[in-house]
Amino acid sequence: MLEVKGLYKTFNPGSVNEKKALNGIDLTLNDGDFVTIIGGNGAGKSTLLNMVAGVYPVDAGSITIDGIDVTKLSEHKRAKYLGRVFQDPMMGTAADMWLEENLAVANRRGQFRGFGWAISHNERKEFKEMLQKLDLGLENRMTTKVGLLSGGQRQAVTLLMAVMNNPKLLLLDEHTAALDPKTAANVLRLSDKFIEEGHLTALMVTHNMRDAIAHGNRLIMMNEGRIILDVKGEEKQKLTVEELLNEFAKLSGSEFANDRALLAN
Amino acid sequence: MAFFNAMPGAITQGIIWGIMAIGVFLTFKILDVADLSVDGSFATGGAVLVVMVTAGQNLYLAMFCAFLAGCAAGLATGILHTKFGIPAILAGILTQLSLYSINLRIQSDMANLPLSYMNYHYPITLRNIIPSLAICGGVAICLIAMLYWFFGTELGHALRVTGSNQSMARANGINTDTNKIIGIVLSNGIVALSGGMLSQYQGFCDVNMGRGAIVIGLAAVIIGDVIFGKIFQNFALKLLATVFGGIIYYIVITLVLNMGMKANDLKLFSAIVVAIFLAIPYWRNKLKQRFHKPQNAIKEATDNA
Repeated sequence: MLEVKGLYKTFNPGSVNEKKALNGIDLTLNDGDFVTIIGGNGAGKSTLLNMVAGVYPVDAGSITIDGIDVTKLSEHKRAKYLGRVFQDPMMGTAADMWLEENLAVANRRGQFRGFGWAISHNERKEFKEMLQKLDLGLENRMTTKVGLLSGGQRQAVTLLMAVMNNPKLLLLDEHTAALDPKTAANVLRLSDKFIEEGHLTALMVTHNMRDAIAHGNRLIMMNEGRIILDVKGEEKQKLTVEELLNEFAKLSGSEFANDRALLAN
Repeated sequence: MAFFNAMPGAITQGIIWGIMAIGVFLTFKILDVADLSVDGSFATGGAVLVVMVTAGQNLYLAMFCAFLAGCAAGLATGILHTKFGIPAILAGILTQLSLYSINLRIQSDMANLPLSYMNYHYPITLRNIIPSLAICGGVAICLIAMLYWFFGTELGHALRVTGSNQSMARANGINTDTNKIIGIVLSNGIVALSGGMLSQYQGFCDVNMGRGAIVIGLAAVIIGDVIFGKIFQNFALKLLATVFGGIIYYIVITLVLNMGMKANDLKLFSAIVVAIFLAIPYWRNKLKQRFHKPQNAIKEATDNA
């Protein structure tokens, strides 16, 4: 479903702030793979997701989604293949617009936007049903400005928007990091549910090792812009946080350093 | 008494500037971009209208061409901003400056051109204020209705999302550059249209007639928002509030002129009014925060626990 080959990215090349964010990433995701990505500060996890989404141009390498080479496609053009949830709950929704308007915008991802009505009657009904799945009572707040919702509610809505129309690939970039533990657990549960129901292929960056082990069928560890560990299936299910930390120390020759991970574990 | 006699004229001018302010509303409020090219495109609209009508063209065709000329000016700003990577304010200033030369060309190097009512009998004029007022009001209502429809379409939503949250827009397949250009084009078209209306009303066009237009437009937008923002939630009503803002602005101007303010001091007065109205929401928030801080801190602490 996703094929990343020899991906390199350096920020601010030639300056004192030069940062080699990705150092030759090769990654292939099969249909229905749900991959969790962990790694220390500055390992390149978010950069990898942003590169796949087209936020930055690549220095070298290629990105293919479902057989389509998207390496040179702009961010908005490849959006039709992707569903994205950001770390910042404010980033995934338009605060000044109504809830139903946000959903309608997401529902037209990848489609031509002309002079048709922005929301149809049928859509309103569908949206109501979809919102019921979130179990947050939002189905009765369709004409509330999204800016008035809490961070957790907004993130749940962003998730719903991301999985609309079954994207070929779902990108979750530490999407629970800014939420309180209870809300985070709820958003994670919903992510699992949507991915399973829609048979989606997903990449989830997380700072929480326990979550990385508990969710998905494959786990990738990154360090200094490289993938240093890739475990699947049964082997992954049996992992423990301790083993992961030991593995990290062995492979990278340093302690696992992630501010949030230290706090979370 | 003079003040009350001047009322219909003030309202008519207020509506014309209110239509101009709707153009400013599109960029300033919806796209979240301060577009200064309107100072130039307003005069462009006036110039195109006067030159075409005096050349014997149909008035309505001339109005439409004034609109298109404004659109072209907006296109220049939009491209400078999105494709040349120039900050919106600077892109607007560049267009505005170049339009000064272009407007002089349109007016055959004359600083102003008369539009004789005797020869052309156009509908909006100071000589017939009450019918003019009705026509301007009608134009404003038609324009609001059209924009209300437009912003209810898929494209209109794409424009709003672009102004509200660019990352979200792109993540949902919206080309933010294209949408910014469309918004700025539409805005300047409307501004030029109102410039054409003003040149009819006053019976001439002038290369300087747009100077400070952005400030008057902002004044109308902000006055409308501060006074009617709470009760007018619907989008069409917000646009109407902007027109009301223009009317209120012109009534106040007429009032202070009647009270003896020098006409030359008007621009200073306008700038001060806009500065104060821009500051009001900011001050209001600051006051709120000062009074609510302790409770908020407690609430956050309990929420996180």
